[in-house]
Amino acid sequence: MENLVKLTIDGVSVEVPAGTTVLEAAKKAGINIPTLCYLKDINQIGACRMCIVDTGARAFGAACVLPVSNGMNVKTNTPRLREARRVNLELLLSNHDKKCLDCARNQKCELQQMCNDLGVDDAQRFAGKMNQYDVDDLSPSIVRDNNKCILCRRCVAACYNTQGVGVIGPVGRGFKTQIKSPWGQSLNDVACINCGQCIAACPTGALHEKDSTKKVWDLLADTTKHVVVQPAPAVRVALGEEFGMPMGSIVTGKLAAALRRLGFEKVFDTDWGADLTIMEEGTELLGRLKNGGTLPMITSCSPGWIKFCETYYPDFIPNLSSCKSPHEMEGAMIKTYWAEKAGIDPKDIKVVSVMPCTAKKFEAKRPELGHDGLQDVDEVLTTRELAKMIKEAGIDFANLPDEDFDPICGESTGAAVIFGATGGVMEAALRTVYEVVTGETLAKVEFEAVRGVEGVKEATVKVGDLDVKVAIAHGTANAAKLLDSIRAGEKTYHFIEIMACPGGCVTGGGQPIVSAQKRLECDPRQVRAAAIYKADEDLPLRKSHENPSVQALYKDFLGEPNSHKAHELLHTHYEARPKYTK
Amino acid sequence: MPDKKEKYAQLQESIAKHKGERGAVMPVLQEAMNIFGYVPQDVQEMIADGLGVTLAEVYGVSTFYSQFSLEPKGEHIIGVCLGTACYVKGSQKILDKLCEELKIEPGRTTSDGLFSLNATRCLGACGLAPVMMIGDEVYGRLTPDQVPGILDKYRAQ
Repeated sequence: MENLVKLTIDGVSVEVPAGTTVLEAAKKAGINIPTLCYLKDINQIGACRMCIVDTGARAFGAACVLPVSNGMNVKTNTPRLREARRVNLELLLSNHDKKCLDCARNQKCELQQMCNDLGVDDAQRFAGKMNQYDVDDLSPSIVRDNNKCILCRRCVAACYNTQGVGVIGPVGRGFKTQIKSPWGQSLNDVACINCGQCIAACPTGALHEKDSTKKVWDLLADTTKHVVVQPAPAVRVALGEEFGMPMGSIVTGKLAAALRRLGFEKVFDTDWGADLTIMEEGTELLGRLKNGGTLPMITSCSPGWIKFCETYYPDFIPNLSSCKSPHEMEGAMIKTYWAEKAGIDPKDIKVVSVMPCTAKKFEAKRPELGHDGLQDVDEVLTTRELAKMIKEAGIDFANLPDEDFDPICGESTGAAVIFGATGGVMEAALRTVYEVVTGETLAKVEFEAVRGVEGVKEATVKVGDLDVKVAIAHGTANAAKLLDSIRAGEKTYHFIEIMACPGGCVTGGGQPIVSAQKRLECDPRQVRAAAIYKADEDLPLRKSHENPSVQALYKDFLGEPNSHKAHELLHTHYEARPKYTK
Repeated sequence: MPDKKEKYAQLQESIAKHKGERGAVMPVLQEAMNIFGYVPQDVQEMIADGLGVTLAEVYGVSTFYSQFSLEPKGEHIIGVCLGTACYVKGSQKILDKLCEELKIEPGRTTSDGLFSLNATRCLGACGLAPVMMIGDEVYGRLTPDQVPGILDKYRAQ
């Protein structure tokens, strides 16, 4: 039995488990206490003092770190509290670059929203000296603009705690405090994995992705180029949020329609590349099992994870699958297989990927991910950037008809859709590996044990005579725990899926921002994953090896999975990277 | 003077001594200051790796507290008192003049390694305000125009 605590908040009686914070208890009572530095489960430090409440104690308490107690009488909305919060905000504004109009987070900024909600009517009240910082835009993925930073530490907590990376932190003290990397190094020069979880955590526009929309608009206007596009699985369960649709809306058909209206010559689907990845990766796994290859084999779809491994766990590089990630595979096939079929010189093809991910921008520039002097993928847009382009083009997204992706590199199965959620690649691989090995049809395609948001998941799956031991980790701090246990010899597995972002791609660093207040109401990892699994269920084909156009690709072009040609075009290699640079 | 190798060995000893303690970064940084006179990047990396914390954490601590220096201390350490009495008597102008003459900001060291400049709290010589110290030498009742002459004395040494 849980120990329940009874208290009153603004006259409303609530009963919550002991240990609950006043902030969470208030939410239950239908009261939103303003927050800025608080981010559920990530940053709970009571630093910004926006969530102050009156409990009758000598000083106001910070509701985000104040545990409930029996008989507590909390007031969240008194004239003194309102004035204190307003002054607090006005002080923050006194050193904040208030150029909202061209800010990446305009209208999605928690600071802006709060000024609006709390009726700040004089943003210049404490006008005075302001810090002026150079914007760090050298990273291919992440731009840091400390002129917009309010020092809430949410990005620091995401980088350090959630991701186990910790390349940023508070530097200096007092008015000159900044969040940055040691010795003021650019994010491009430190061991940042480009995952963008700092962006997802940021309440303001201090962090955003490196813009690619201008380059893509230019490509679309270039009539000498054949510009084709491929969106990742996770995009279709999140893009709708940018247009006011509820979280978890599945907008696959509208996504295809919107991309076509933007002017892309062909609207392909990274899901096709995902099915192809399963064919290659599943075959690679079976090969390693059969021929005594390096085990456990670890998935290689997540470029944030790949850079994490190369930098922090280079001894696991031989364990990484040599498979390129799905959009890179698809890019390679578009510039060879499709180019041949369409009779187009690959030099004239430009591939744009729409990804839930900022690390994909870094990945696309890796020199080894190309062929004949051409990169497999030319530009990467995040889900947020695509939404921006759709709005700029005046497309009425919510009222678009549902359209299909284009054939040859556009058909896919349910196994591909679930790549978007943690455990999805594992489940997709198991569906195919099981049937290939046993020759039997799976009675139930769902592998529930590998689903869900637990940080590290384990399962043993019977495939013929073999008990295949698998593990899944998401969030690189969880990955580190898993790898440490393998290093220490405590655990052994055959196959591991690792995604850099907690929740997998559905909550990747390029996805629509979910505010701290919204995260108090629901877990976007679960809501978006539920949509992913629903999308899988709704598809007629749910196993990658049943994808007819992938079968055709092997028949007409590649031969068989892991063939010489497949290796040349669909596989890659990795390099150990230094943790520190000078 | 212990040679470089010996200094690193001392640092490793200090790291081993404090490893696993809560808040180990501070004492190790302090000991590193004693060993090296400052805490450069390679020393901080060694501390981070040795204690199993991030470089960002070590660097954050080293930039938060003024007793940690990121560059070697100059031959002559200048401390300008910004305590209340000296400040009222115009010690900020003395400090500004020093910055101008040495072409550095407080907390930094000149590129020739001759001077380090610090703003300090009360030096306990309020009767002589405004006061600065160079090494162990105290200079009182200063005016900004005396500053270049005093510096020249050390430059000539």
